[in-house]
Amino acid sequence: MSLIDNSRLLPRSGNGTEGAGLAQRLHLDMPLLIGLLLLSGLGLVVLYSASGQDTDMILRQALRLALAFSVLLVVAQVGPDTIENWSPWLFGLGLALLIAVLVLGDIGKGAQRWLDLGLFRFQPSEIMKVAVPMMIAWYLSESTLPPNRLRVLAAIVFILIPTLLIAKEPDLGTALLVGSAGAFVLLFAGIRWRVVLGGLILLAASAPLAWHFMHDYQRQRVLTFLNPENDPLGAGYHIIQSTIAIGSGGLYGKGWLNGTQSHLDFLPERKTDFIFAVFSEEFGFLGVMLLLALYLFVIGRGLYIATQAQDTYSRLVAGSITLTFFVYVFVNVGMVSGLLPVVGLPLPLVSYGGTSMVTLMAGFGILMSIHTHRKLLAT
Amino acid sequence: MARNKHTALKDHLRELMLFQRRTVAAVIVTVVLTVVLVGRMVYLQVINHDHYTTLSRNNRVNIVPIAPTRGLIYDRNGVLLAENVPSYSLEIVPERVPNMAKTLQGLRKIIDISDDDIAHFKDMLKRTRRFEGIPLRFRLTDKEVARFAVNRYRFPGVDIDANLSRHYPLGPLAAHVVGYVGRINERELRKLDSSNYSGTSHIGKVGVERSYESVLHGEVGYQQVETNAQGRVLRVLQRTPPTPGDNLYLNIDVKMQAVAERAFGDNDGALVAIEPKTGAVLALVSMPSYDPNLFVNGLDAKTYKKLSTSPDRPLFNRAIRGQYPPGSTSKPFTALAGLELGVIKPSDEIFCPGYYKLKGEQRKYRDWKKNGHGHVNLHKAIVQSCDVYFYELAQSLGIDRLHDYLHTFGFGRKTGIDLDGELPGLMPSRQWKRRTQHQPWFPGETLITGIGQGFELATPLQLSNITATLANGGHRMQPHVVHAEQDPDSGAMHIIPPDVLATIPKVRQSDWDDVKHDMHDVVHSIYGTARRISHNLKYTVAGKTGTAQVFGMKQNEEYNEEDIAKKLRDHALFIAFAPVDNPKIAVGVIVEHGGGGGSVAAPIARQVMDYYLLHSPEAHHVSNRQQPTSSTQRQRH
Repeated sequence: MSLIDNSRLLPRSGNGTEGAGLAQRLHLDMPLLIGLLLLSGLGLVVLYSASGQDTDMILRQALRLALAFSVLLVVAQVGPDTIENWSPWLFGLGLALLIAVLVLGDIGKGAQRWLDLGLFRFQPSEIMKVAVPMMIAWYLSESTLPPNRLRVLAAIVFILIPTLLIAKEPDLGTALLVGSAGAFVLLFAGIRWRVVLGGLILLAASAPLAWHFMHDYQRQRVLTFLNPENDPLGAGYHIIQSTIAIGSGGLYGKGWLNGTQSHLDFLPERKTDFIFAVFSEEFGFLGVMLLLALYLFVIGRGLYIATQAQDTYSRLVAGSITLTFFVYVFVNVGMVSGLLPVVGLPLPLVSYGGTSMVTLMAGFGILMSIHTHRKLLAT
Repeated sequence: MARNKHTALKDHLRELMLFQRRTVAAVIVTVVLTVVLVGRMVYLQVINHDHYTTLSRNNRVNIVPIAPTRGLIYDRNGVLLAENVPSYSLEIVPERVPNMAKTLQGLRKIIDISDDDIAHFKDMLKRTRRFEGIPLRFRLTDKEVARFAVNRYRFPGVDIDANLSRHYPLGPLAAHVVGYVGRINERELRKLDSSNYSGTSHIGKVGVERSYESVLHGEVGYQQVETNAQGRVLRVLQRTPPTPGDNLYLNIDVKMQAVAERAFGDNDGALVAIEPKTGAVLALVSMPSYDPNLFVNGLDAKTYKKLSTSPDRPLFNRAIRGQYPPGSTSKPFTALAGLELGVIKPSDEIFCPGYYKLKGEQRKYRDWKKNGHGHVNLHKAIVQSCDVYFYELAQSLGIDRLHDYLHTFGFGRKTGIDLDGELPGLMPSRQWKRRTQHQPWFPGETLITGIGQGFELATPLQLSNITATLANGGHRMQPHVVHAEQDPDSGAMHIIPPDVLATIPKVRQSDWDDVKHDMHDVVHSIYGTARRISHNLKYTVAGKTGTAQVFGMKQNEEYNEEDIAKKLRDHALFIAFAPVDNPKIAVGVIVEHGGGGGSVAAPIARQVMDYYLLHSPEAHHVSNRQQPTSSTQRQRH
């Protein structure tokens, strides 16, 4: 099938404009880049309102975005082969750092993570967001797909070790992303649906066990999610207030800078994890549709890049990174609108804060590298 | 292993097909989940839009925390020591105030608001949600309440709030035990469970108020209230009542505490009385005391400066933090070490010429009695407090054994009392000296440790507890100030059980009896250093006097000559327990710059013991408190 598509892999003669040529030379994928830039721009607009028109904060966020896009640019220049060769090393490094965090002790845990959200969160778990899909893709692409049982089992172990280490930190949000990033690679590699279904059932069955190992505040969040009225002064307050903000936005929203819920300080964490509520209040249902459409566009482009990739490794990595991005969006919007428990994930590219943005852009850099380094297949 | 090109290509194609099928599945799942999100948005923003608009705009639903009522504190006989009295405070809801600077300025014109109040308010302003009320001034007078009520229309967002304020009806009496509450400061705020303290403005700062904060505080409640656009409460929608904190009953007998405090007169010092069987703290005195009510709502800088810089240091809890050389009060324990370790027998005699010399040293270690005690056995050494006897005993024991034995007894270690900030005192050893002073141990230092001087330090609480340990036959109890916690709703009492921390290994019962007998004669024989208190004594007392040398003035301020003379006087110490056969009370007293232990400190102890054994409710019925250990356990040691 890829042979048939060969014509598309040639430099496009039809739209060989200056811009496209420059983009190709810089190894950038224009549609994806535009999608990301639009989202970031929209993010700055909402942040301006959420921060109470704090220009300093906008400047800081813009600087972070600039840094993140530079990382994207740099990663895009690296060829997919090189990235593939780096995979196990990056994974090993990340694992070593994770264990170091565990051994060196209780740095940045509990309430501290909430306070310094995004700024001081420890790095190793961030590395794992890209290192785990890279590692699993590298490992599975060693042999023909679908992988045999032994390989699947080994891959699951590779996923579980960092995921559990991160969950123990405790950083449930990141653990969820890392775990699903690894799982997506397995899914794209073609493990049987039976196995997928079995895995899901096992996961649901282990919920009581997880409850046993949870920290008090994590249990509290789950309970609060089940019944927000239970704790209206604490975590339940977030959910009550954010649903009021979203609901009062209506079809057209209250208008930019006019959200009463957010500006009267009813809404907590409104610059970071709960920024979606500010957006919904001010831009309404139509604004939300636009935002979701932009996210879907980026995701669609990512999946397209994955299907066009030339080797197994690239396909698996590109697919996994894209779907992980969707998890980000789904979990954040779901949690802010009261569909999911509060796990503390930012809205990608919109929430204030820098650490996760850099990893995110590194991932998109890999996508661009995959798409712009394609060669004609030697037949 | 080697596959031909054809199969490789076939594999490749198959992989690609597989991948594309999976991508389709992923797209489907993504779309379905997005539809779920969109559905949720439709539900919130379109279907229920009106409902949420009402919530957000017309009538704001606020959630207001309700602070729990703080537990009361009683003494052992139910005398109230800390209560909550209704009071009015001025509260500001920041988001309703159009111009904060102007509002504050206006308020200062009609109500007395100090700079401290403003500073504290601004502190809180930074860390509170803007729709939550922040107190500006506590305990408004009726006049101030009236004046504000008339002007209230001028100050949107400002209101009078009725609440409960902590009050200590007995003032300075037992202030060092009960402690006080004060406004929560920034450092405390960071450590607190912010949800549970969202309605609370005060927290225990010292004493029982602090060490039992979690018991006294209770659980926060909250109410959902509807407010109008100006923020005034229209009605309460729902109310979850708070759980009040537990009441505390102390072991302290506050009448006895008063007797003890009065007994000190103008002297500074401390006294701790303990029930030997249980470790119950019956009285804990640190003189001078202070009025804890001053601290509840913040005191002005001038008063605070006066309290904190006074040379008498009224805020300093000498009973648990004052570290003094124990002097001769350590001698009975040194004697016990000598007997139990087989270094001396009670009948052994030495000759005291009034000084002691180490072999090869010219220096004379002097006795307090210039001409010496002559021939001295253990009995005489304790009764008359012969220093030379204990120089020699310490020399034979050596610092290592001396340190180990006294440390086991409780010298140089915290007693574990249920009050914060206790200091451990100091029982010096070779290792300690090498660690802290980087010097070897000198033989002369062993001698002076034998008479409780030199590096050795003990707190009045320690002296009292060590005496209790001797009195009860070697059980080192954890001292408890609090007797019981009481659920205010059901009235159910949870009594805190006595706690044996350790039991001193006993070689011979006769050794213990000898030492107790010698201490008995300190009071009851005509040669005893504390014979003065034996007059008209209706029960038996075992005691030991002590004097601690004061080496120099610590304060640099100028005093008149009389004061300086007093500052240089020795500290007077006395330890005692009574009755000797069945000890019900153990006392440790120190009078700063009091002079002699027998003349100044012992009479204070006697007044306390007299009250407890002859006049208190306890004196009339046999104590039915639990024994610390069963008899079988005791026999094992």
